[in-house]
Amino acid sequence: MLREASLSAIIGLILMLVAPFVFDDIYTLTVLVIYGLLALSLGFIWGFGGILCFGQAAFFGLGAYAFAIASINFAEPWAAALIALIVPALFAAALGAMLFYGRLSDVYLAVVTLVATLILFKFMNSTAGSAYKIGNARLGGYNGIPGFDTLTLPWDRSEYLIDESLYYFCALILLAAFLGLRWLLTAPFGRILVGIRENELRAELVGYDVRLIKTLAFAIGGMLAGMAGMLFANWAEIVTPNLFSLSQSAEVIIWVIVGGAGSLLGPIVGAFALGALKFFLGQQTLVDNLFVLGSLLVLAVLFLPRGIVPTIALLFKGRRKGIRKKGARRTSRRRVRHAR
Amino acid sequence: MDFAAVVVMEICYAIAVLVLISTGLAVIFGMMRVINLAHGEFLTLGGYAAIMSNQAGLNIYLSILVAAPLAAAIFGFLVERLIVRFLYGRLINTMLATWGLSLAMIGGFSMIFGNTTTGITTPISGFAVGKYQISGYNLFVIAIAALVIGGVYLILKISRAGLVARGAMQNPEMAQAFGYNTSRVYMFTFVAGSALAGLAGGVMAPLVGINPAAGAAYIAKAFITVISGGTAVISGTLASAGLFGFVSQTFTFLATPVVGEIALLFAAVVLLRLLPTGITGRFLKDKV
Repeated sequence: MLREASLSAIIGLILMLVAPFVFDDIYTLTVLVIYGLLALSLGFIWGFGGILCFGQAAFFGLGAYAFAIASINFAEPWAAALIALIVPALFAAALGAMLFYGRLSDVYLAVVTLVATLILFKFMNSTAGSAYKIGNARLGGYNGIPGFDTLTLPWDRSEYLIDESLYYFCALILLAAFLGLRWLLTAPFGRILVGIRENELRAELVGYDVRLIKTLAFAIGGMLAGMAGMLFANWAEIVTPNLFSLSQSAEVIIWVIVGGAGSLLGPIVGAFALGALKFFLGQQTLVDNLFVLGSLLVLAVLFLPRGIVPTIALLFKGRRKGIRKKGARRTSRRRVRHAR
Repeated sequence: MDFAAVVVMEICYAIAVLVLISTGLAVIFGMMRVINLAHGEFLTLGGYAAIMSNQAGLNIYLSILVAAPLAAAIFGFLVERLIVRFLYGRLINTMLATWGLSLAMIGGFSMIFGNTTTGITTPISGFAVGKYQISGYNLFVIAIAALVIGGVYLILKISRAGLVARGAMQNPEMAQAFGYNTSRVYMFTFVAGSALAGLAGGVMAPLVGINPAAGAAYIAKAFITVISGGTAVISGTLASAGLFGFVSQTFTFLATPVVGEIALLFAAVVLLRLLPTGITGRFLKDKV
């Protein structure tokens, strides 16, 4: 276990150092890393908690807004970064408690998370007047909040994290989040969470508090999404209500499902691949961006319901163990779900 | 007095719009447990069809009431055959696939029609109540909504096709044993739901103007109305549309339209927390 973890840490570090040479646009690469973190947050609660949240953008946007507002008010970016983790985590915990203690699931959970995102989106869009402000920070409506202090080096306040330093900072956070979630999933908490996903009633009868564990997992997912939002605010240097938009939520879900919901690596791969694709599509005008993304989602649901990474993992396993009989398919799917 | 009449009229109109835009979704969800997240784009498609055929010289009422539902029905047929029928019984997967479809349709619209808002003028002029002006077209919308909901009720309740459809949804094996082709029943239900969406899009087109992303404004409201209503198609839709239309319009009058929208969304969250299976999950259980 420890060997496996340090192996993936080393591979992650190497990838992080090599990536800027392969993909020389560091500005875009940074946002891909941030998208990877956002996808990872949904991949965790969906793939391992079985909670399909249609409003992951809500936490993403909240993290970004919390950072911008706190940074303007306290002029202390690192304190603001901390607040940008706490606010979305608390919001997710409150929303999650409402959902899971009310025993909402499936489509009802989808509706409520979607609606929560919409409320934030509509509210933020309507805050254009000067009456809407928190402390010194004007919310600014659809124009968003520009001009807040971004993160600096902790020991040198004049040295801002931009370009390369921001990239390495984001990549390290992504790596830490990945390893942290891997550890969490081998800890009792993660085991119980997967148990709940597999059979909620059984987990409850065994004596676990399903509602509490789901709420906690949801809060962790919200915190990670908020962290991605905080980094995004640092990258873009402006926050706008579009962070809360439905297409943002949709995009996260597409990354996760294309990459593979049953693994931690899948969502990151999905975010990188589709984020890069979106970037290249943005450079031409022949085919509309949304058209390609939407068609990809339809095709992924129809033909690749497990996602890229688990399917590839399955192929490798299949080759190693020889040709499988048809009857073995169901067990192999289980195994892939557990494989991280 | 005049003001009260205007307020009542506006509330009725808000309810009618909710009924109109969510009936198609409610038919598909209530009968087949499938959520069509591309519903908003089906509405947009109906809107474009109405505008195009009107510009091509077709009578405005024919464009709204015939061309729009027809276009959406044909498209719905294709979608059901090519995508949705492989996903029956997998609620989340149908939601994801149709969400993808919705994005692809938005992209497709902006490739075909460009990123501009088009519209047609309302065919009915307004009239005055005291010192207030009331749009005549709003009355038309209310009438169409009443006709749609009444029509769907009668078809489900009285006609043979409605009986077969309800039977096939309740117990597919039994319906098959009686010799009905359930796959075809599903197909017709989906096409009917799509046609209703197209009709709603056509009726709304003169009021709002259609652009590629116009459907997004509807889908959330329609989705919320249908889910909060529960699985009973008619009574559920009426109950939740009545409640949400009343709430949003009241708050619009008391504050601003944005507050009205947020109040609607809030009411939905509270309602689902209290009644997790929708209104008809608790009350009006055995109604259509």
